Amino acid sequence: MDLALAPETLARWQFGITTVYHFLFVPLTISLAALTAGLQTAWVRTEKEKYLRATKFWGKLFLINIAMGVVTGIVQEFQFGMNWSDYSRFVGDVFGAPLAFEALIAFFFESTFIGLWIFGWDKLPRKIHLACIWMVAFGTLVSAYFILAANSWMQHPVGYRINEEKGRAELTDFWLVLTQNTTLSQVFHTFSAAFLTGGAFMVGIAAYHLMRRKHISVMRTSLRLGLVTMAVGGLLTAISGDVLGKVMYEQQPMKMAAAEALWDTESPAPFSVFAYGDVDKGHNKVALEIPGLLSFLAHGDFDSPVPGINDTNEALQKQFGPGDYRPVVPVAYWSFRWMIGFGMASFSIALLGLWLTRRKFLLPAALRTGEDEVPHLVLLKKPLGAKLTRMYWLLGLWTMAFPLIANSWGWLFTEMGRQPWVVYGLMQTRHAVSPGVSQAEVITSMSIFTLLYAALAVIEVKLLAKYVKAGPPELTEADLAPPKKIGGDLRDADKPMAFSY
Amino acid sequence: MELHTLWFVLIAVLWIGYFFLEGFDFGIGILTRLLARDRAEKRVLINTIGPVWDGNEVWLLTAGGATFAAFPEWYATLFSGFYVPLLAILICLIIRGVAFEYRSKRPEERWQRNWDAAIFWTSLVPAFLWGVAFGNIVRGVKIDSDFEYVGGLGDLLNPYALLGGLVTLTLFTFHGAVFAALKTVGDIRGRARRLAQRVGLVTAVLALAFLLWTQADKGDGTSLVALVAAAAALVAALVANRAGREGWAFTLSGVTIVAAVAMLFLTLFPNVMPSTLNADWSLTVTNASSSPYTLKIMTWLSVIALPVVLLYQGWTYWVFRKRIGTQHLADSAH
Repeated sequence: MDLALAPETLARWQFGITTVYHFLFVPLTISLAALTAGLQTAWVRTEKEKYLRATKFWGKLFLINIAMGVVTGIVQEFQFGMNWSDYSRFVGDVFGAPLAFEALIAFFFESTFIGLWIFGWDKLPRKIHLACIWMVAFGTLVSAYFILAANSWMQHPVGYRINEEKGRAELTDFWLVLTQNTTLSQVFHTFSAAFLTGGAFMVGIAAYHLMRRKHISVMRTSLRLGLVTMAVGGLLTAISGDVLGKVMYEQQPMKMAAAEALWDTESPAPFSVFAYGDVDKGHNKVALEIPGLLSFLAHGDFDSPVPGINDTNEALQKQFGPGDYRPVVPVAYWSFRWMIGFGMASFSIALLGLWLTRRKFLLPAALRTGEDEVPHLVLLKKPLGAKLTRMYWLLGLWTMAFPLIANSWGWLFTEMGRQPWVVYGLMQTRHAVSPGVSQAEVITSMSIFTLLYAALAVIEVKLLAKYVKAGPPELTEADLAPPKKIGGDLRDADKPMAFSY
Repeated sequence: MELHTLWFVLIAVLWIGYFFLEGFDFGIGILTRLLARDRAEKRVLINTIGPVWDGNEVWLLTAGGATFAAFPEWYATLFSGFYVPLLAILICLIIRGVAFEYRSKRPEERWQRNWDAAIFWTSLVPAFLWGVAFGNIVRGVKIDSDFEYVGGLGDLLNPYALLGGLVTLTLFTFHGAVFAALKTVGDIRGRARRLAQRVGLVTAVLALAFLLWTQADKGDGTSLVALVAAAAALVAALVANRAGREGWAFTLSGVTIVAAVAMLFLTLFPNVMPSTLNADWSLTVTNASSSPYTLKIMTWLSVIALPVVLLYQGWTYWVFRKRIGTQHLADSAH
């Protein structure tokens, strides 16, 4: 059937739209929770006011962001049953467990402790209040872990058996689902990309203020923290991407061959820099390649063979019967490149920034700056001119968006590269949709979600912009004198709350 | 007890927890329009649930996830079958969550008024629709031999289910009003109590009609016990509310919810979604459940995690135990 008219097409679009949108907020939530917790820890330990002001500033942006992450996540919990009921029937025995774990362990944790943190500034002693934000940060990581374990099972099903009588997959080894190498490498890759994203968010906003010479002391600290987070996150994202890529070459050769538009098996196999191909005939018309590099990326040496799309398709036909087992090759090819390109661009900008803003290392003493000064951007011995300085700050501002783009393409790559399977080797996507749900119902829900999400995006971005521009808040006396008792000090019963809606 | 029976009980517990907790915060959302006289009182009401509504909502997500894991067939049939009402609920919950968090983030009156309207409607609609959904689950719907829902949207809007919707709507509003009386100080506290009395009487009539109808259709001895418990708790809640015993009134309105939802699950068992087309096509705890291995893992999880959740959620209520009044709102805060 023509893909445009197939029953799964609309359900896939809806899943794609709602999930990519949800994942704009997830990595920011994960990293900003930990970064805010780190800043608050610095405040509790050093009592330097700039850390508390930074905590309040980034904490506010974190809250605006997590609200969207939470509400768009509700849809994810129910979408499987609504649009993918045959999928749910087939995999529920395996796939449901990590979702239930996620809700029972992580969601309760996050939601309860975030409430305590938001409203607890004047209700909890300082250290307990600090513990609350760490709990939230911990909850976000646990949550991501379980859902990635579930997704990894779709990429590479393990620890199950097929119950012929019931016509479904049944769990036999939950520990294996949680610890198989697909899960571990996906978790590693996603977590590090999350911190690259949060670091870039911090750098972008700090660069914006430093360019305008405002809120210097807080933003200088934030810039530093953001740059280091980005650099470490970016490096780990590259390493984990390499690890995950090698795992995928073993488990889903078709996905990786499509990522390289490698039509025929080659040894040694080249890495494609640019390609323009003919999908029907199964070859590239134009190709710019680096010899041997793909063999290295896939297997760690420069001459091993890497299977191509056409050969893999034949092998899969032998294994699973007649059919076309190729994903949409141009999408796989380009999404893979956009993911790496945007991810590594932001990593490079971070490295550049760390060098330009270095504090002492190879920096002439005269150019060193104090805590309340905008750092000089020094390439070698002299500071950059006003124009170049401004350009770097703008670059820093723009890099906020890069990891978000890279994340989205990364998910599009890994999910679309797995097609036509929904669970690799076990169930095809066209067999997964709800048979009883009409096209009209799916169109309705997809349109409503898309419009609602678009409207919320406008509201969210405007609100973020407002609070970004406002800068870190001035501290009040109450901020500096947190309560000693749980529930708040009882001296003044009519004292206004530190936070109210 | 067999594992799938235990899981039927645990799913019931999760839904009961959800309706008990989110019940009063739906109620508070509805009362922002019925009870609050001005902007400050609206804020007082919203702040009574501020730190806890999100945690309350997770009971729903957990009920959903646990149903997926323990009864995949139930999860698949229910959510694909009740597509449109569920969609409406999801949209409400999305807007509602954002409304609570964003409302105070700008001082403009128009901004806050819009979110206030959102909070009212997105609390009212799910409070009604959950009753409709559970009415239909208990009554049974058109399910074919493949466990697919084959009825239309119109089939879900039958008198019994609609009455169920009115019951949850009024019961949650009553529960919310009692909660408001418990958590506020000042003028609004007395008005909350008086409003609770009026809403409570309407609730009593509707709930009794609905539960008796359920009992007549599907009931047995144990469900009758639950019915009597629910009715007695509701009457006692009204008496306590009248006497100004706010803590007791809230506990008892909670017990009403617990007993009423328990009664629905008792009449349902051993089905989880009865078919009105053919009794053999009903989803039951046996034919809808997961494998024993999965249920065993899930059981270990809940045995360990649920008490911990109750502990720290309970602690949250203790931390925020103080009553709130308009004097606690800083002038500058918005």
